[in-house]
Amino acid sequence: MKNSTDITSSELESKTAAHKHLRRIFSREKIRREVWISWGFMLPALLVYAMFVLLPLFLSIYYSFFRWNGVGPMTWVGLKNYLTILQFPNLLGSIVNAFKLILYFSFVPVGLGLIVASVINRVAPGRFGAVARTVLFLPQIIPLVAAGIIWGWLLAFPGLINEILRGLGLEALTRAWLGDFTWALPSVGVIGIWVLLGFCTVLLLTGMSKIDPALYESARIDGASWWAEFTNITVPLLKQEIGVCLTVTVINALAAFDIVWVSTAGGPGNSTSVPGIQIYLLGFSQRSVGLASALAVMLMLLVLIVILPIQRLSRETR
Amino acid sequence: MKVSNSELFSGRLFLLLLMAITIMPFISIFMTALHPSNTVPSGLEWPADPQWGNFVEAFKVANMAVLLGSSTFILLAVVPIALIISTMAAFAISVLKMPGSRFLLVLFIFGLTLPFGGIIIPLYFLERSIGIYNTRFAIVLPLIGLYMPFAVYWMRSHFVNVPPELTEAARIDGATTWDLFRRIHIPLALPPLVSLGILMSVWTWNQFLLALVLVEDPSQRTMAGALGAFQGHYATNVPLLCAGTILILVPTLIIFILFQRQIITALIQGAVKG
Repeated sequence: MKNSTDITSSELESKTAAHKHLRRIFSREKIRREVWISWGFMLPALLVYAMFVLLPLFLSIYYSFFRWNGVGPMTWVGLKNYLTILQFPNLLGSIVNAFKLILYFSFVPVGLGLIVASVINRVAPGRFGAVARTVLFLPQIIPLVAAGIIWGWLLAFPGLINEILRGLGLEALTRAWLGDFTWALPSVGVIGIWVLLGFCTVLLLTGMSKIDPALYESARIDGASWWAEFTNITVPLLKQEIGVCLTVTVINALAAFDIVWVSTAGGPGNSTSVPGIQIYLLGFSQRSVGLASALAVMLMLLVLIVILPIQRLSRETR
Repeated sequence: MKVSNSELFSGRLFLLLLMAITIMPFISIFMTALHPSNTVPSGLEWPADPQWGNFVEAFKVANMAVLLGSSTFILLAVVPIALIISTMAAFAISVLKMPGSRFLLVLFIFGLTLPFGGIIIPLYFLERSIGIYNTRFAIVLPLIGLYMPFAVYWMRSHFVNVPPELTEAARIDGATTWDLFRRIHIPLALPPLVSLGILMSVWTWNQFLLALVLVEDPSQRTMAGALGAFQGHYATNVPLLCAGTILILVPTLIIFILFQRQIITALIQGAVKG
């Protein structure tokens, strides 16, 4: 008797063990199937991304170590292309110009955008403000190429800007703005301001709508001026949105191509040449593929180096 | 205490002035476009004899009908495919939580700040070697790839906010992974999908660099790319160039006026999340 119970209990044990074992196999099978299925979901996106972004990215780095005209044999030159960029004023100058463009594409739209957004918030909360938002945003949705063409004509000589100056009695200031060695870069900058101001304004307005209106109410009860409201409430509470604006506009400045290509193509001389323009000219007109690739790698690094601190700052203060 | 009347007045005057400056370029090219071909008008001056025919001529010489077709083709090829495959990838990362999903997410985010100029040269050689250079696919395929970082990141930030109980409940009811994706998660993801679709449409329509480098034939390009070619031919004929520019802007402006709220919201959200 005793024996038989023993057998049944051991039988039972082995049965549950077998069951557990089976279930484990089954669920392991299921998990494996599940992994296969998730790869099925992942693969299309990953393949296109790998083929048309990651592969070219590595090729850019690879080409940058060679001298190559695009058709003939490639000659290994190590870091020489990078040194060339640092030595030649017209190549290094394109990077310097990109940083100058940050002033126009980034600092002015963000600063002015803050002011405009706070003015809309204070004096035009209703329908008028909504119309202002839409109108100011308009330049953001048209192709940058069109912006370049439109302003290329406005800034020409003769052209609207010069007509206005003449009308104001400032005839001495009239010039072909985009053909002037001193004024071409600031003029390209003005196009960037026109394109990006509305974007920054609307983004900052969205951030302002999240600020508790009671804060503004109580400030106004205390008779706070626009400036006091601006420096004590608006700017400190919008740090995150300001960070986003800076990130987007700085990328726009450093990676600028369309506006510059259409309005000046980098000229006169190299006075408005930026990395994007030089990459295009070196790679496709002068057939210095290695040199162009080295500049491309530097451009990508530059964007990362400038963007990461902004991201970190705006995230910390969140 | 309210904002004083004088401040209301000066504030609104400031906004009006700013709006005038923003719109003035559009008005100026419109008036210029109506001047006789090959003249150099002064900027803001209504012509004595408006040449509406300039628009017809620009439509013809810019081959606008073909361009509209080409741009639409590129848009319709890029946006739906990019939407579907990025949503699937984001689903695999954040709902299915596949092994290595953290690494894959980082891999995609890595491409978020990548300037197109950084990879344009290898893209040219790559496309020549696989034989899609100078076809519409030369623009379509890289654009889909270049949108992946943003699109996957965007859809993932939607999926992580969907309660996991929903997925578990559907699983217990015996839903397959495909059912889960198709019947539970896609219907919930419609608002972010619409915004993403709008964003990618605007970016595609306005894409210039890829079109300039990867497609020689302007009639196979995007609108913006073709505008660049048009400028090259008519740089000296200001009224015609302005007429062509306006024609190319018209579709964008109509869409913007119709969907301004959605477009503005999408572009702003896109920046905040990106």
